[in-house]
Amino acid sequence: MKWEVVIGLEIHAQLATKSKIFSGASTAYGAEANTQACAVDLGLPGVLPVLNAEAVRMAAKFGLAIGANVARRSIFARKNYFYPDLPKGYQISQYELPIVEKGQIEIGLEDGVTKLIGITRAHLEEDAGKSLHEDFHGLTGIDLNRAGTPLLEIVSEPDMRSAQEAVAYMKKIHSLVRYLDICDGNMQEGSFRCDANVSIRPQGQQRLGTRAELKNINSFRFVERAINVEIERQIDVIEAGGEVRQETRLYDANKNETRTMRAKEEANDYRYFPDPDLLPVVLDEKYLDEVRATLPELPDQKQHRFEDEFNLSAYDASVLTASLETADYFEQVVKLTNEPKLSANWIMGDLLGALNKNDLGIEQSPVSADRLGGMIKRIADKTISGKIAKAVFDAMWQGDATADAIIASKGLQQITDSGAIEKMIDDIIANNPQQVAQYKSGKDKVFGFFVGQVMKQSKGKANPQQVNELLKHKLK
Amino acid sequence: MHNKTLVELAKGLESGEFSSEEVTQHYLDRIERSADSLNCYITVTPELAIQQAQAADQRRANGEAGRLTGVPIAHKDIFCTKNIKTSCGSKMLDNFVSPYDASVVVNCKQSQLVTLGKTNMDEFAMGSSNETSYYGSVKNPWNVERVPGGSSGGSAAAVAARLAPAATGTDTGGSIRQPAALCGITGLKPTYGRVSRYGMIAFASSLDQAGPMTRTAEDAALLLNVMSGFDEKDSTSVDSPVPDYTASLHHSIKGLKIGLPKEYFDGGLNQGVASVIDDAIKHYQSMGAELVEISLPNTKTAVSTYYVVAPAECSSNLSRFDGVRFGHRCESPKDLEDFYKRSRGEGFGPEVKRRILIGAYVLSAGYYDAYYLKSQKLRRLISDDFKQAFQDVDVIMGPTSPTTAFKFGERMEDPVSMYLSDAYTIATNLAGLPGISIPAGFVDGLPVGLQIIGNYFKEAQLLNVSHQYQRETDWHRKAPVMDIL
Repeated sequence: MKWEVVIGLEIHAQLATKSKIFSGASTAYGAEANTQACAVDLGLPGVLPVLNAEAVRMAAKFGLAIGANVARRSIFARKNYFYPDLPKGYQISQYELPIVEKGQIEIGLEDGVTKLIGITRAHLEEDAGKSLHEDFHGLTGIDLNRAGTPLLEIVSEPDMRSAQEAVAYMKKIHSLVRYLDICDGNMQEGSFRCDANVSIRPQGQQRLGTRAELKNINSFRFVERAINVEIERQIDVIEAGGEVRQETRLYDANKNETRTMRAKEEANDYRYFPDPDLLPVVLDEKYLDEVRATLPELPDQKQHRFEDEFNLSAYDASVLTASLETADYFEQVVKLTNEPKLSANWIMGDLLGALNKNDLGIEQSPVSADRLGGMIKRIADKTISGKIAKAVFDAMWQGDATADAIIASKGLQQITDSGAIEKMIDDIIANNPQQVAQYKSGKDKVFGFFVGQVMKQSKGKANPQQVNELLKHKLK
Repeated sequence: MHNKTLVELAKGLESGEFSSEEVTQHYLDRIERSADSLNCYITVTPELAIQQAQAADQRRANGEAGRLTGVPIAHKDIFCTKNIKTSCGSKMLDNFVSPYDASVVVNCKQSQLVTLGKTNMDEFAMGSSNETSYYGSVKNPWNVERVPGGSSGGSAAAVAARLAPAATGTDTGGSIRQPAALCGITGLKPTYGRVSRYGMIAFASSLDQAGPMTRTAEDAALLLNVMSGFDEKDSTSVDSPVPDYTASLHHSIKGLKIGLPKEYFDGGLNQGVASVIDDAIKHYQSMGAELVEISLPNTKTAVSTYYVVAPAECSSNLSRFDGVRFGHRCESPKDLEDFYKRSRGEGFGPEVKRRILIGAYVLSAGYYDAYYLKSQKLRRLISDDFKQAFQDVDVIMGPTSPTTAFKFGERMEDPVSMYLSDAYTIATNLAGLPGISIPAGFVDGLPVGLQIIGNYFKEAQLLNVSHQYQRETDWHRKAPVMDIL
């Protein structure tokens, strides 16, 4: 049987507001436990929530960026359940009338095909605190610093058909929230995390299969792995004659497996109802126009501009615009060099390769855009060859000298003096009569031998184009 | 001294006839001498009161006194008071000392009022007789075998018994007006949003509203001036200017159109109460007011609507009392579920549990539409009734409570009969309208309250209408005779 995979994602993006969604306490990460929780966050008797206007603005910005309906009127509701790190015994969220509905986003797949993924809704809610089970000698500690941190929960349609598509979608949303400057995207600190709803059905069947929800996955790599092992599990269950149960499952990265967290029967009845402490959020056209005016150039727009303005392929443009930092880096290099294609190749090849190997982001690159641009300029004006440039790049990676300083100190400047190159060629021809004879008898391959000899003698510095031309001339 | 109204106390303080310390000490002595046999107070704060009184006297000496500087009052124990136990009448919060002040308390402090202590109340304001308090019932000073009403029964009894010149209260379904009526004092529930709810322990957020409990309408105007105002910490508080409620007290009420809803004078009303109310209304007529019979057809649904909306909200509001961060926590729990079940099971009394259960039920999947959603629709119809009525009349009058104070235990076994004692007050909470209860006479030595309901933000008019009646009558001047004092 051929199986079709159906995936929908719920992404939680922590909004980058300075204070919490319903209180004035700071949202900064990493403070000592419970030092960033005020009376409201602690859920003390008598306290009331007051909505942070900045969180609303950020949600509206997101909605406009994905071409969604930004609700003129949305409502906060209470989701009731007991847990020690949920101070009020309910989470303030949005249920029936969310702030953002019906948007979409385009993802690029590896084969160059693009696909639209629907976004059902995005709603504002508050995060819970953290339960700490270690270091308390059998007791549980509660840290409420995170309680009340604003989240935008972005719910997709079940439009993805593979783990790869799910990752591409998640990366695209990640890139978008970073572009919009509404989330720091830090996955290690939990600022960007996702739940995946996964089901399978026989190819061609319309009805959806029973889904399992994979909870709290916080890296791109784990999303892909978790979904793939879950797909395999579901196929195994069904092919063994069993049934997939609707349940919440947890991905264990160490064992690379998913396991039951709670079955559907154990699910809470959250008893949602409108929060009487908060007024409806009412946004008018003027407000939305103002927010729209603050939208930056979005990833797709930037990608298309890169294709047109710099004559790049769709793939190159998509890689370079995947993060705002990479795009900015690229534009800075091009500004210096006026060499878009060469710059794109260097950034996508050597630079991103080295960064990946060292697990660094481009904003942490040891080689700045200015230094890389300086080097590319020297390739363009033929001061160095592409091959020599690799050595210059390595030297720049190690230290902080400019390309020009490295070229000068190591004498890497290309030999373009045709007299000097001619002299080398004459010597080589004189010393290798056998190969000269072979070449002249029609063995064109031997040409490479002569090029190699010249490059060897010049220590790679002879201008390759000149070497070719002069060799052809002399061997005629 | 203790028979002086707030207005008279303010005058005496201003003229130097007595100091705030003297007034405060006088009240503290009275509270001590009564040994609080009425059980009005959960907490008395003598040291703090004297400190505040001395500070107030100092401010006055510096020429920085306001209108009520140095006047002592009591706060219902539902308001959070910094560094003072705030129990809300519950075992759950018997150990809770608030780290912050409610906005109402802050406003009173800014006006340099002195805090005598915290008054007894039904547990989490759920009750109409004060019998659900963890700290025992408050006794009605007019007859100690009878209830003072609830939930602000401690505040009402304290003001009636001259154990505080005035007090704050809260009203979710009648909790200011009904005890005011049963204890023979003046109690005003303002328009929803007029007084900040921040720091007032929530029972039903969309209904709760704080207000003054005093002996006279004039005093209520003075205290409401202090209590009201926009508060950015309460999103449901209304950002509109607060008038000086004393400014219009003396306006003539000639030509005032008084609506008399026929549903408020129906079978459930005690005959004695009906005749007292009738006299009061006739008195208004003699003062030049015009009587208009009106109908509020959805009145009969008010109690049942209320007992869906209020429990629904309370079931969620009271979830925070889980023993994790504050409040009662059970001994050596087996696991998390046991921790919750026993902490909450031990901390809450039976009426609170009943309402949490009802609330959880009406919000649960499969019942939400039939109960919660339907109650919201009925709530709108009830509001529409009033909207319609206020097209034709200026105020609406009727009894505050269908009976006078009843005996202890009489209604505890029958929650519905207890709930019906709020039949006339509940609708105004559902509609968010202001209402006041003023003393209008006695039946068998027990006070009767006249309820006056106004249109939104017409507190000044309610106080004016009440004050005009109190200028010509002396029901509000009557004091219970108490052997212990």
